[in-house]
Order: sequence, then structure tokens, then C-alpha cells
Amino acid sequence: MGEKRNFRVWRGDDSSGQLQDFQVEVNEGEVVLDIIHRLQATQAPDLAVRWNCKAGKCGSCSMEINGKPRLGCMTRMSTFEPTETVTVTPLRTFPVIRDLVTDVSFNYQKARELPAFAPPAGVAPGEYRMQQVDVERSQEFRKCIECFLCQNVCHVIRDHEENKPAFAGPRFFIRAAELDMHPLDARTDRKDMAVEEQGIGYCNITKCCTEVCPEHIKITDNAIIPMKERAVDRRYDPIAWLGSKIFRRDQLDRPAGYATTAVASRPNAGTTSSPAEHAAAAGAQGDISMNWHREAAVGHAAPVGPDGKLPVTEFTGELAGAQSPFGDDVAFPMAVQDITYQHPTKPDEH
Amino acid sequence: MTTTATRPAGQRPRAAIAAKTLRTDRWWLAPLLTVSLLTLWVAYATVRAFMQKWYWVDDYHYLTPFYSPCVSTGCVPESAEFGRFLPNWPIIPFAAVTLPFLLLFRLTCYYYRRAYYRSFWASPPACAVPDGHKSYSGETRFPLIFQNAHRYFFYAAILISIINTWDAIVAFHGKGGGFGFGLGNLVLLGNVVMLWAYTLSCHSCRHIVGGRLKHFSKHPVRYRAWGFVSKLNAKHMQLAWITLGTLMLTDAYVMAVSAGWISDLRFFH
Amino acid sequence: MTNIERHNYDVVVIGAGGAGLRAAIEARLAGKRTAIISKSLFGKAHTVMAEGGAAAAMGNANAGDNWMVHFRDTMRGGKFLNNFRMAELHATEAPERIWELETYGALFDRTSDGKISQRNFGGHEYPRLAHVGDRTGLELIRTLQQKIVSLQQEDFAATGNYESRLRVFAETTITELFVENGRIAGCFGYYRESGEFVLFETPSIVLATGGVGKSYKVTSNSWEYTGDGHALAMRAGATLINMEFLQFHPTGMVWPPSVKGILVTESVRGDGGVLKNSEGKRFMFDYVPDVFRKQYAETEEEADRWYTDPDNNRRPPELLPRDEVARAINSEVKAGRGTPAGGIYLDIASRRSPEFILKRLPSMHHQFKELADVDITASPMEVGPTCHYVMGGVEVDPDTAAAAVPGLFAAGEVSGGMHGSNRLGGNSLSDLLVFGKRAGEYAARHADEAVKRAKVSAAALNAAVETALAPLGRGEGGENPYTLHSELQQVMNDLVGIIRRRSELEESLGRLADLKERVKKVGVAGGRRYNPGWHLALDLRNMLAVSECTAKAALEREESRGGHTREDFPKMDPNWRRVNLVCSLRDEDVRLERKPLPKMRPELMQLFDRAELSKYLTDEELAEFDELAGKADA
Repeated sequence: MGEKRNFRVWRGDDSSGQLQDFQVEVNEGEVVLDIIHRLQATQAPDLAVRWNCKAGKCGSCSMEINGKPRLGCMTRMSTFEPTETVTVTPLRTFPVIRDLVTDVSFNYQKARELPAFAPPAGVAPGEYRMQQVDVERSQEFRKCIECFLCQNVCHVIRDHEENKPAFAGPRFFIRAAELDMHPLDARTDRKDMAVEEQGIGYCNITKCCTEVCPEHIKITDNAIIPMKERAVDRRYDPIAWLGSKIFRRDQLDRPAGYATTAVASRPNAGTTSSPAEHAAAAGAQGDISMNWHREAAVGHAAPVGPDGKLPVTEFTGELAGAQSPFGDDVAFPMAVQDITYQHPTKPDEH
Repeated sequence: MTTTATRPAGQRPRAAIAAKTLRTDRWWLAPLLTVSLLTLWVAYATVRAFMQKWYWVDDYHYLTPFYSPCVSTGCVPESAEFGRFLPNWPIIPFAAVTLPFLLLFRLTCYYYRRAYYRSFWASPPACAVPDGHKSYSGETRFPLIFQNAHRYFFYAAILISIINTWDAIVAFHGKGGGFGFGLGNLVLLGNVVMLWAYTLSCHSCRHIVGGRLKHFSKHPVRYRAWGFVSKLNAKHMQLAWITLGTLMLTDAYVMAVSAGWISDLRFFH
Repeated sequence: MTNIERHNYDVVVIGAGGAGLRAAIEARLAGKRTAIISKSLFGKAHTVMAEGGAAAAMGNANAGDNWMVHFRDTMRGGKFLNNFRMAELHATEAPERIWELETYGALFDRTSDGKISQRNFGGHEYPRLAHVGDRTGLELIRTLQQKIVSLQQEDFAATGNYESRLRVFAETTITELFVENGRIAGCFGYYRESGEFVLFETPSIVLATGGVGKSYKVTSNSWEYTGDGHALAMRAGATLINMEFLQFHPTGMVWPPSVKGILVTESVRGDGGVLKNSEGKRFMFDYVPDVFRKQYAETEEEADRWYTDPDNNRRPPELLPRDEVARAINSEVKAGRGTPAGGIYLDIASRRSPEFILKRLPSMHHQFKELADVDITASPMEVGPTCHYVMGGVEVDPDTAAAAVPGLFAAGEVSGGMHGSNRLGGNSLSDLLVFGKRAGEYAARHADEAVKRAKVSAAALNAAVETALAPLGRGEGGENPYTLHSELQQVMNDLVGIIRRRSELEESLGRLADLKERVKKVGVAGGRRYNPGWHLALDLRNMLAVSECTAKAALEREESRGGHTREDFPKMDPNWRRVNLVCSLRDEDVRLERKPLPKMRPELMQLFDRAELSKYLTDEELAEFDELAGKADA
């Protein structure tokens, strides 16, 4: 059978962790994920690793191998020297759960903030007509297997956690480009959204996303730069820019139905309209006096200072007076539908 | 009855890994090379731009691209195809009308941006190597937001490339007039071809030519043009470096002939 | 008692592959609060592995195509064992389901007039598979995933909460379904990430958990395919049918591990690849059955001449039908002439020049080079039978996808009947769209009708918690789950594999019974937080239950048909065509019953011609058909 090789695997969780050394058998033709599995079966049964298809198609086994973001199932052991120690660590950009598994929910959050495909009005299913040359650009981006290696390697959030709220990341720039280049997408404001809500301006095109993409999508050249250029068409044409500064026209230039601030006020993507359904659902709930289906509000973080403690006196606090036990940002009276409380005498008041 | 437990508020920590990077390859080599080569080139170009001599070979009408178009009153009259109007001061290069645009075209070029952000700014020096800055706002604010003006410098670069082409054409000049052809012509031609290739392979050019279209199928000619530019565009990095080389080589050749260090190899007249 | 997170939903969909997502979309569109439970991250399901395409008779490539032709192909492929109504619904509704995907943003490859391009595939009479290069499954999953996100965005606009009506529970495993008063009351599971338990109270559950391939050593399936849905349904009192039918490919890679299970196309053999055993012998000449004797070469010289001169020579025996090749490989390995990894050698490297191989098999060469650094131009491949798809599954009502337990629905690979004894390529993707939608629709309707919802009893909940915690309680002293898993895989691979015989199947039942006792004693070290050993320990019970079904049904069915090949009964038997084998669970034992197949409606029967039917039907059925045909003529 195969020879023994040196492996160093990061083990730990969100409280602490360290690199642990292993001596493990390696056979010809194996990939890093095979070795991780052998560690599980022989030396560390509870070593956590996320994986799925083991054929480079699902994008689950993202990890950092010798410091480089890679898919475990696509990194062959033959690419290392026999004497080389292979170091395997979890993705750095996301919070760790345990061992090699990280919490990638950031990406799913960002996916939600990008408006979905808007079907063209008046085109019935089965009546869609598109030319191959028109769909090819978007098809390249749809190859994405969502391994999030590009998100992980991007220094904008990897090295600057504070940019996470403002920056969507390469995965979602290619999604924006895909939709903007989709021959039948009905939205026209995706370029502005890329700048204002996705933070494409944070990208300084250093191309690491393209370097690590296991699907070899030309993320920078085919998606990010074209999106930047498309945004230039609308926003950075110096003459238009000067005009907008002088005549304060920047509010007027936006297409109808466009909102800058919250995602909440975006118009619906189209398709089935939910308000009617919502009303129906509310009606159906009429006989149930308590709103069990309500999601509990997210807990409010305490207004702690930089030292992680509550201010000792109101002089050092941000607000005058004592903190409210309900959180300082809760306004009273609360809206009725937010209360999980049934009045004992008036059951049908809702 | 309990409802959904909310996740604890606040940030969850990342994996505690002490090493800043675990890369074992020589990731620092590429930025190091970029810094050295760009510094070398900029030093050469600065010296040459302010030298104000050895830019013109009168016998064969060779003009170095660093002095094209020569529009200073200090220019040799024969070299000034486009008039002479700039004052002849030592701090104003003879081609001061175009050099800033060329500089800005390359400075805002998507490839050069990548190269110098990585090597000079270390932002980041290499993939999965931490960048050396406390905070980062990318190209969202002044002054870097002006990187978005690349397209307008591209338009300028097109004009300048036309001027360079003109220079290469008028350089088919024999000693004492009439048609002539020497090694210098090949050098100038090679340089111009490469300059065109670099300029046309620009990402902004790719966008303007066809990339901005939503339906290629409705614009077959622009689609073909886009396909051509896309092919060039894939080589944008190589062309960026090649043109630095050809510019330097062309200039050095013209300088050497002009200064009389070597004589031009003539094939005809 | 342990802290348990509770949720209340109208519809809970277990499984986030194509079928599950489609069901969830439908349930949400019907206005129901819906939960999707996914064992992996959202969007990573096994559906992404499907390459070929989704079969739908849209008639874009050939106007002659319609649902009747598709129906005919499906029945033929399944050797007439299919549930005819499912095949009919599938053929009629598949085009709508595909077109619908375009309104969700899918981008299929196009024809020159801008319609969806369709490609040829084995068993389909016309080019019929809507596709996107070789990543159709990924396109499907991504499209459905993005549709779900868009529905969540609508909910956000309406309620201020993305998850108010449609929520994805990623990396969550369900271990138990609860039935109270004969109806579904909820289900119980754990978050893989934290190990915390979670209870869903719901009147409607849709199972969409996929297949069972992980019970086999060599499989193209991913780790999720542990037969969870099959086992959950049985434990809840529902039934499985057709579990003896598994689709195997005779030549999948068995070594190196990094490409184990990846299929090697038959064209390797067509282009000159030969099968050799560990002694270097080209053994296929010993396995030519008498009926094929005349068409196949008898000497290596003649066989080798065929590649260049097929008109004057007989074909090499490597090109025998799939099941013959599989049988030969199986016999060689069992006779001890296999490779160390349990396969045989497929050698093209020593017979063709590297340039030839590169030209004829570029993508195969690239795939093995990239994934395993195996150079097929330099060394032979180690191949063996590979488990690919399970035709059997939860017995459902064709129109509503409802299982035997009220409130339980099943769609996709986990449901049975649609594909009969063998699945046509491309039918699985359209299957999961068609029946995913139906399952979601009827699950929503069921939730409407369930006015008074059953409560999960504390006793049942406690029992579920206890079962889930048991392996941790035993700690490292118990049986090692990884060892048990590999032993189970070995048993299934060796004894209930592609070629089956009575003695081996009987032996397998004994070994499975042993394993079942040992699985009760499985123990794992570590805590509940993302502990793969614990996860595997809990999955083992499901794999065993399903494996037992397969073994029992395979022993019972004394004929060879589609995905079930008995060496001792090599022929198809028309009498067996009228029978479905139905598995159920009594306490912990698998029970097997015979059940007559539903009878096909006359107008559908008349889509076939008599000559074809005579291969499948009994004399009695044929007489009936003749009578019908006579009436139609008159």
C-alpha cells in the first residue's frame, strides 16, 4: 500500500483551535479529501468536514490547502512533494463552526439581497425565444457551483471584516452580470444596484477570484469589469456627472420604481403577487386568536462599550437615563401583530 | 410553546489560525518582479522624457514615440508634424500634450491596476495573503473612483495611436528625400502594431465595441468585432508588458541612431 | 429533558434536491408556510450530478415527438413494469415543467430558431433532452434555488421577513417521522452544525430524499444517498415497491479512490478497449452466450480486425450487451481473478496510441487526469459494476404522490413506480419536476383539509431523542460506524450487486441480520457538534433497512428484468410483470408482499403494436388486447 505522509489539520471550534499533526497513508491517485476521509475512518472519527459529490460538481469541500483556497476533491496528492507537509485549514473569511467546517451563511444572505430574474411581461411559458449567442455569456456564469472560494479569497472581506455589510462579493457580481446580460430579464437598474447595493466599487480587480475558481469562470474579465463598465455608462460619464452635480439631477436620473435605501421597498420581481395570498392567509387565521406563526424578533444586542461591558454611569453611556429592559430601540406601544400574547377576556381582538 | 430560538447576536469568530498566510510557494516573486520592472521602466521613461535630445533621426525621419507628437517650440522643425506651440522649458517634455494621457491610460488600465495594487500597494500582495492596510474602501471614493474614467483615456489613446501610426508611415524616408526603408522602420512598425494591439485589447474597448449589448444576435457585425477584441483582451496582460518593452526598445533604438552610437541598417536607400 | 427547538409549518419538505425544491415552491405558491430540510447546504444536492438532460416531448428538435411517443419509450425502458399512470402524467406534463423553469431564469441551450435545444439519448426515439452542456442538473438546482430566493424576496417585501413563509433548514437531518392517530403529525431531527434537536409539527410531509447508493461500495452517488426517505416512510407505516431494481453501470472506476464510481463510457470498448483479468487474460471470449455466438468473434485476431473492417469480421465480445459484460466481470472477480480493489482491467492504453485516445476520448482523458492524475493513455483502468440509481421507492398514488400514510408524500428518486424496472436517461430530471410539483400541490391541499392538527406525543418525542443520543452514550466502546458502513457496502456489493443468485442473496440476508444487531450497538466518540461519526451512526439504521428490502425483494423475484438480473433465472417472465413486490416494516422486520400491477387503460395499451407487447404480456393479457383491437377495428 501507499506511503505515510505528514498532514497538519486545523482542529477546533469558535472558542479555540490549533494545527494538529497526523501521519497518514497516501495512495497513488488520491486527493486531499480522500486523506481527510482516511483520517476520519482511522484516527479522528469526529473530524468535521463538509463534502458531498466528490467529483468537483457541488462545491461543498472548500478548504485552504497549504494556504491556498481549493476544493479538497480537486486537489491531487501527486501535486505535492512526498516529503512535503500538507496543511489543511478551514476557510478564513467565514466564522468557523468546527474543524474544517465554516458558517457560509453570509453568502446566502447576500444571495437574498440581489433581486431575482424578472420575467418579461406578456411572454407565456414555452414562448421564450433566445439565441444561443445571447445566452452564452450568462451560461458561463451559471456554471458556478457556489463553492464560495472566490468569496473566501477576496481580500475586501477576507482582510476587512467591516466591509461585509457593504460588499456582495465576486459570486454575486457574476450573478448580477448574468442577469444583466440575460436576454429576457426585465429589470434595467442592475448596474446601479451593483454599485450602490453590492459595492462593486470595492473591488480593485486584483483577480484572486478568477485565480481560485474551480470552474475556470473568468470572473474578473467577463463579469466584474463588464459590470463596472456598464456602471460607467450610467454613472461616471464625466459630463453627465458634472451635470448632475451642478443641476442636482442625481435624484431624477434613476428609473421609475427604483429605491436607494432598503431592500424592503424594492418592487416585487413580478410573477405571482403575494399580497393577495397574504391577505387570504391572514383571513384564514381569523379564528386563531394567537399569532403562532410569527417569527420571534431578533434579540437586541446590549449597548456595550468598546470593552464589551455596559457603561457604568449614564455619563459614559450613549443615552441619558438607564437602559430599557426591553432594549432601547423598542418603541411602545408595540404593534399588536408583534405580540405573542392572548388577552384573556378579548379573544377575538387581534 | 417555544418558538424559533434566535441565534446569538453579534459576530461569530473565525478560525484561530496564527500564521498570516500558510502559502508555501514563492508568492512574493510576482509582486517583486512587477515592482522592479515597473520602477526600471518609469525611471528610464522619466529620464528620456526630460532629456530633450536624441529623439529625431533627421536622415530617415525617425521620431521616438516618447516625443510624438513633438509640439514644443524647442522641437526640430522637421519632426514637428503637428505644429509647435508649447514653450521650450526644460520641465515641459516636448510631447507634453499626449504623455499625460498615455500615462493615465496605463494608470487606469484594468491590468496595470491589478499589477500595482498587488505589488506597490500590497492590497493584497498575492491571493490569500493578507493585505497590509488597516482599512480599505477600494475604488469607491476619491481619488480612486476616477479609475472609472479609463474609457475616456482609451479614446485619447486611440488618437495617440493614430499619431504613432503616422510617425511610422512618414519614417519611410530615404536619406535626402524619397522612399527609404531600414531596420528602424521595422522597429517603429513593430512598436505601432503592438501599441494598437494593446489599445484595442483594452477592457473598455471590449465594452464599447459590443460588450454593452444585451442582444448580440441583433448586431452581428458588432458581435464579430466583440469576438475579435475578446480574443485580444485575453492577452491584455502580455500586451501590456510587451508594449512597455517595444516602447523602450524603439526609443532606445532611435536614441542610439540619433546620437550616432550605431548606424541604422538600411535595406533600401 | 433535552432542549428541543420547535417549529410549526403547514408543509415540511425533506430533501432539497430538484424534487424537494419544486415541491416547496408549489406549496409556497399555494400559500402554505413551508419548510425545506436539507442534509447539505442549500443548493448542493445530488441533482447537480445529472449531466445528460431533462427529457420532455416539446418537439423542438423533431416535430414528430409528442407525449405518446415519450410514454411509449418510458414503458419500454421500464420493461412494462412502470406504473402506467405515472409514466403518462410524466410524459404529458414534462414540457410544461421545463418551460416553467425558463420563467424562473433557466438558460437552456438553444436551437437556431431560439427554442430549447434537445439532444438524443439512449432509449428515446427522438432528440428529447433539454440540456445545458453537460451540467443540466446544476442548472436545474440553481434555477429552483433562485426561484425560492425570489419567493423569499416577495415575502420580505410583504412581511419584512425573508423566512416568514418559506424557510430552508440547511444541514439538518431528519431521523424520525411522527404519526398520531394514523396521520402525519411532524418530524424530528438535528442540526448537523450544532447537534441541537429540532421538532417540526406539520400535517404534511413531502419526502424528496433521493436514492440509496451509499449502501454500495462502488457508486456514483454522493454521501447523502443513505436511503433516509425510504426508511423514514417504512417506519412511519408506508410501503416501498420495486426495491429489487437498481440501475448499475457495468464499468465504473473502482480505483483510485478519487474517481471511484465515476462511469467509464461504453465507447472506450467500442474504440478498442479490452477487458483483462489480473492474470492478463482477455477473458470475454469465455463468456459469449450461445445465442450471441454467431455474431461475436472467436479469436483475438478476428476481434481486432473488426475495428478497422467491421463488414468482414465479427464483433469483439467486449461489445456484448451490458448485462453480459457485467456478468462476466462479476464472475471473474468472484473467481479471484480481479484487481485488488475488486474490479478488472479495462485496457486501451496498450492497444491504441496516445494520440488516438486523446482524439477519441478527450473529455474522459481530461476528467481522469484532472481528478486522479490517471493517464488513460498510459495505464489500464480498473473498472467494475457501479451503483447509479434506484428505481424502487415509496409506493405513491400516481396523481397526488401521496403515500399510504395520510399526510405523507414522496417525489423524485425516493418514490417508486414511475421508472418500472429500468430508468431511461433524462427521465429522472423531468420526473422530479413533474412529481415534485404534484407532491407540493397535494401536500398543500392536505394541509388545508387537516383542520385539527395532531399533536406530537411526548412519549414519541422522548423515544426519538433517546434513539438519536444512543450512539453518543455508548461512546468509543460501541461498534465503529465506519467499519460497519464498509462491511455493509461489501455485503451489498458482493452479494446483492448487479448479478444475483439465490445462494448469495440468502447469505446476504444472514449477514444483514448480523449487521442489524451490531448497528444497535454502534457507538461514537466526541460531542454533538458537527460530528460526522455520529451522523453516520444514525444513517446506518436507514441503510440497513433499505438494504434488507432490496435483498429480500431480489430473492423473491425469480426472473431477470431491467435493473434486476438473476443468474439462476436469466429470462424475463410475463407472469412476474403483473407483480409488484411491496416492502413494509413490522416492528423491525421487513415484510414482503406481492401486489398486482395496476392495469393499463385500453387507449394507452393501443399505443403499442402487438409484436412488441407479445414480448412482455402473458397469453391471457394478449387475448384481452386482441379483443380490444378487434373492437376498435369494428
